[in-house]
Amino acid sequence: MTPAMILLITFTHYPAIQTIINSFFSTARGRRKSVFIGWDNYQTLLQDDVFWKVLINNFWYAVWTIPLSIVLSLAMALWVNDKLKGRGFLRMAYFTPTVLPLIAVANIWLFFYTPGFGLIDQIRGLFGLAEQNWMGSPDTALYAMIAVAIWKEAGFFMIFYLAALQTISPTLREAASIEGASKFYYFHRVLFPLLMPTTLFVSINAVINSFRLVDHIFVMTEGGPNNASSLLLFYIYKVAFDYWDTAYAATLTVVMIALLIFLAIGQFFFFDRRVHYK
Amino acid sequence: MFSNIFKTAGAATVAAFGFASHALAVDLEFYFPVAVGGAAADTIEHLTAEYVAANPGVNIEAIYAGSYSDAGQKALTAARGGNPPQISVLLSTQMFTLIDEDVIVPFDDFVSEEDKVSWIGGFYPSFMENSQTGGKTYGIPFQRSTPVLYWNKAAFAEAGLNPDVAPANWDEMVEFAMKLTKKDANGDVTQWGVRIPSAGFPYWLFQGLSTPAGAILANADGNKVNFNGPKVVEALEYLVALSADHGVMQPGSIEWGTTPKAFFEGETAMMWTTTGNLTNVRNNAPFDFGVAMLPAKERRGAPTGGGNFYLFKDSSDEQKQAAVDFVKWITAPEQAAVWSIATGYVAPSPAAWETEEMKAYTADFPPALVARDQLEFAVAELSTYENGKVTQAFNDALAAAIAGETSAKEALDEAQAKAERILKPYQ
Repeated sequence: MTPAMILLITFTHYPAIQTIINSFFSTARGRRKSVFIGWDNYQTLLQDDVFWKVLINNFWYAVWTIPLSIVLSLAMALWVNDKLKGRGFLRMAYFTPTVLPLIAVANIWLFFYTPGFGLIDQIRGLFGLAEQNWMGSPDTALYAMIAVAIWKEAGFFMIFYLAALQTISPTLREAASIEGASKFYYFHRVLFPLLMPTTLFVSINAVINSFRLVDHIFVMTEGGPNNASSLLLFYIYKVAFDYWDTAYAATLTVVMIALLIFLAIGQFFFFDRRVHYK
Repeated sequence: MFSNIFKTAGAATVAAFGFASHALAVDLEFYFPVAVGGAAADTIEHLTAEYVAANPGVNIEAIYAGSYSDAGQKALTAARGGNPPQISVLLSTQMFTLIDEDVIVPFDDFVSEEDKVSWIGGFYPSFMENSQTGGKTYGIPFQRSTPVLYWNKAAFAEAGLNPDVAPANWDEMVEFAMKLTKKDANGDVTQWGVRIPSAGFPYWLFQGLSTPAGAILANADGNKVNFNGPKVVEALEYLVALSADHGVMQPGSIEWGTTPKAFFEGETAMMWTTTGNLTNVRNNAPFDFGVAMLPAKERRGAPTGGGNFYLFKDSSDEQKQAAVDFVKWITAPEQAAVWSIATGYVAPSPAAWETEEMKAYTADFPPALVARDQLEFAVAELSTYENGKVTQAFNDALAAAIAGETSAKEALDEAQAKAERILKPYQ
């Protein structure tokens, strides 16, 4: 117990508490020491329109990436779990995005999205469609980032579903087909409930990722144009290491931790009644 | 027995080294960033090794610290932790931030009166604008650049323009660009007239418009900005009109990274980008290209960019003196010429351009001279206290106007209000 506690305290509890304390102090600058300023940083936060913008962006980022990546990963897992030709190759292909570092992925997608001679525009060109500045327009920049995130994480979640599917006894399927259950009925009433623990695990990961997966933004848009594709964690990084306003960054971090705790607890309660552990 | 021998030997070694480092050699740490390609890192390490070999009294560890922003973070974090490098090359725009953090000292105390004139006075004045404040010199120009206009001579000839003449002013740039913009049967553009990248940090190339328009964005004390003057608005309206009214530039924000590629692929006939790309374009453009100064409006003008040497505070006087001597050596004409030829950065003093190596290089490749000639008209890159926040407010305004979300005037008024709020404590 003790070694685990020491690690947990050093790397989790102490920094978290220190962050909360820092959020009530001003940022030290040179000879000006850091002083206690109460709720000032939180007041700044409420009036910071960039903060609200990144929060709303992060909301849409979560709303799209979480369900889409889960549905996609489940579909892929069901597909490559069947006996079909080239199954090994398909599994590998689906898993490749997970193995690649997100920065490398971002560089690949940068050239997919590039207007004019990028892959997407070259394909659109075949159909006579005009070029599109996906990353450079505030209307599409965030969705361009969402697509990359889904592409990146669906393969990872697929592995969990695939592992879960392989633990399910084939006798269930046989029994269902003897009873004359349709494929959809079998999935809906047998397979999906049995996969619920995996879905819980995957969805918690997806929620965390919707705050955590921001590396590609550094490479692709730097949060632009006009913060259209900026997310909370990316903004925290900018405030801390670009503006060097560490106290305000601590305040933003507190908000993010609170949000994550709230979401994690909510998920456990929400799913608890639906998850059947064996 | 053995352990005793080791202990004694160890203590003797420590004593010897301790003694050596105090009496014989000064140890220095030197952080440097690399923004473009690998030749830069090799050249710095090579030059440093050459200096150490010639000066047994100094030991310099040159540490590659990543991109400009990585290097800035590392140096500042190390300084806050009480263990800074003695010298570092960081963005010239970070001067006020570093002063505010109280981690750097001016070079003046370690430079003789004679050197103040011959060495510090020997750099191009436009590079010193970002390096001096309050009568003190905090930065020594080293890794400096300026944006220029590259044009595709083949595309110019095809459009019926003189392939050897670049647009000299704003009206000509629009006029040329209109002739250069090509459309297919559906009316979709296949070749744009001009490309001014704006993603991430639009302010830099925007200064290539606001300066010719006659506006200076920030004062020399770094505590006042002019983001919404009529000339700044005029410059932004011109930039927006390139896409919105004239249809000669791709709409929306434009990537930096893919800009040279777009130029090579014939996606655009002219591009604005840093002189740091000169070697890249020289090696990869499949057509004849030209390099010109940015077009003029009321006057010619462009920002400078890139990095300076800074002297960090938390070290002994002996180390600082050794550091200044090293900086003096590496920015001297011969070394600056080697550095400039290897990387494409603009040699920071007129004397460097007079060296034999530099003369041979520019005779072989005259476009390298354009950046130097432009320095006469160049001004400081936007830099203030709280630089990150102030620049971001300005960038957001430019991006909003480029995207067509707000009018130029509205966006700039908002940026001005934000910047004034941020800078209030410094006035």
